[in-house]
Amino acid sequence: MLVQDIMKSDVITLNSTHTIADAVQLMKQKKIRHIPIIENERLIGLVTDRDVKEASPSSISETLEPSLYETTLDKIMKTDLLIGHPRDFVEEAALLFYTYEIGCLPIVSNYQLVGILTKTDLLYNYIELTGANQPSSHIQIRVPNRAGILYEVSKVFNKHNTNVLSVLVHPYLDDEDSKVLAVRIKRMNPLSIIADLKAEGFDVLWPSEPEMGL
Amino acid sequence: MKKTASFIFSPEQLNYEFSDTHPFNQKRIMLTMDLLNEIHSIDPDEIVVPRTATDEELLLAHDEKYIEIVKKASTGVISESIGSIYGIGTEDTPFFTGMHDASALLVGGTLSAIEEVMEGRSRYALNLGGGLHHGFQGKASGFCIYNDSSVAIKYLQQKYGARVLYVDTDAHHGDGVQWTFYDDPDVCTFSIHETGRYLFPGTGNVTERGNGKGYGTSFNFPVDAFTEDESFLHIYRNALREVAEYFKPDVILTQNGADAHYLDPLTHLYSTMKIYEEIPKLAKEIAEEFCDGRWIAIGGGGYDIWRVVPRAWSHLWLTMKSIPTPTGRLPEAWLKKWQPESPVSLIETWQDPPNLYEPVPRKKDIEEKNEQMLSRALHVIRKG
Repeated sequence: MLVQDIMKSDVITLNSTHTIADAVQLMKQKKIRHIPIIENERLIGLVTDRDVKEASPSSISETLEPSLYETTLDKIMKTDLLIGHPRDFVEEAALLFYTYEIGCLPIVSNYQLVGILTKTDLLYNYIELTGANQPSSHIQIRVPNRAGILYEVSKVFNKHNTNVLSVLVHPYLDDEDSKVLAVRIKRMNPLSIIADLKAEGFDVLWPSEPEMGL
Repeated sequence: MKKTASFIFSPEQLNYEFSDTHPFNQKRIMLTMDLLNEIHSIDPDEIVVPRTATDEELLLAHDEKYIEIVKKASTGVISESIGSIYGIGTEDTPFFTGMHDASALLVGGTLSAIEEVMEGRSRYALNLGGGLHHGFQGKASGFCIYNDSSVAIKYLQQKYGARVLYVDTDAHHGDGVQWTFYDDPDVCTFSIHETGRYLFPGTGNVTERGNGKGYGTSFNFPVDAFTEDESFLHIYRNALREVAEYFKPDVILTQNGADAHYLDPLTHLYSTMKIYEEIPKLAKEIAEEFCDGRWIAIGGGGYDIWRVVPRAWSHLWLTMKSIPTPTGRLPEAWLKKWQPESPVSLIETWQDPPNLYEPVPRKKDIEEKNEQMLSRALHVIRKG
């Protein structure tokens, strides 16, 4: 999946001559936390809600200094920016967020700002990848960590003519001999499938009894 | 003279039948009615024969194309691959002969219930054949073809201009109804269910609050797997009262799936008959306080049709009729009549036996998590 598939292309921007007051108002009105600053459609900086707060007079300060709100954004914007390309892989972008602890990534192509990707977009993408946004049941199966297992498990879903919406493979505690398959299937009644998985010798972790813990 | 309550019923409601082995089995309606008859709680003039929903009424909440496909599937002229695009012909929601008529009759039953109440013929009304809350605008899902609640709420809005509070206590999230009214500020959907972390349909998180003008009129209370009576009722009581005070409905429609019980095979909640005694009492109290009594109750899920559903659903009718909650043994005639047909030993008393299940080791954790969930879910109301 590419960044262009999940980024927001309708980007809300300001110019460097706008003031902190403008930025505060826009962030409040549009419920956003990052504003790219552009000049002739080129990205020249970024103002975040934290930049704005740091530059704003304290709300509990005894002497109000309204002039601070009139400061233009070129004085506070960050110019040393990380940017992404619309054809970057989503995984690469996610790694940037994790490594540099950033909250948003402006997406630039041909020197022009074409989109913005935020942590929220990435998180939603994760939700979609896990299939949790469509009517489905979730089954967790502990399987031996060896070749051919996914095939064995899918045979059961195939037998029941069941649409699999997502499959995640993740480690099982510290046990290197096992993996957990977290599968979302388009079924309200998974009982016959679970019975067959057990009959095939798979360890169905969920649904389970409460004694076994979650 | 105005009746206290109407019981919507006809034997044709049992035609909504996928197969002999499918967990959704409308025989539950028969078993419930028979139990209520054995204690002489239904007068013949309280029974109202349901009408069928017209195509025009179905179109209030469903796409024309979808209705056409269901009609074709009713006579077996749709392939599985076409059907599956519309959610039918699947293992969950298989084709069956006459499926359009059977589904339209369940919708019509809920419309009949609404007319009884809104036209002043009856104070309350019960349609156990309704409650198919997973049906989507253009798609069947989770055993549900047409969504009687969605059609009925649209009907309540158009014909009577009512603000509707929809209360869903089925163990599964009431997704079909929620998404139909997600943008609508005049319909409030309220669903308490087992968390979608594992259970179908997976949605129903507290963060699903409605959209646009409808923001703040969808409420979800996902309780943890293995939640027991006390915690379930605590969430239900607090949440329903606060939401009703906030939304101020004209009429209440409750969906009463009976699948949160410990014995239900499809879900993982640990409630007992206690919650089914209590759920209708509060619904009625709220309807009296906010809606001049206007309360329509419908059925829903419930897959232990022998030991759980008949007893659970009886309490809806008994509450409507203000008949005190019965205790002790079920009528002998009922037990004698149905035990031979039941594949399991019937529970012979109105209340569940003590020690129905082994104590849940993580009880405290579960209660604490549910409590946190409640305050997150009601945050939008409480902060204001």
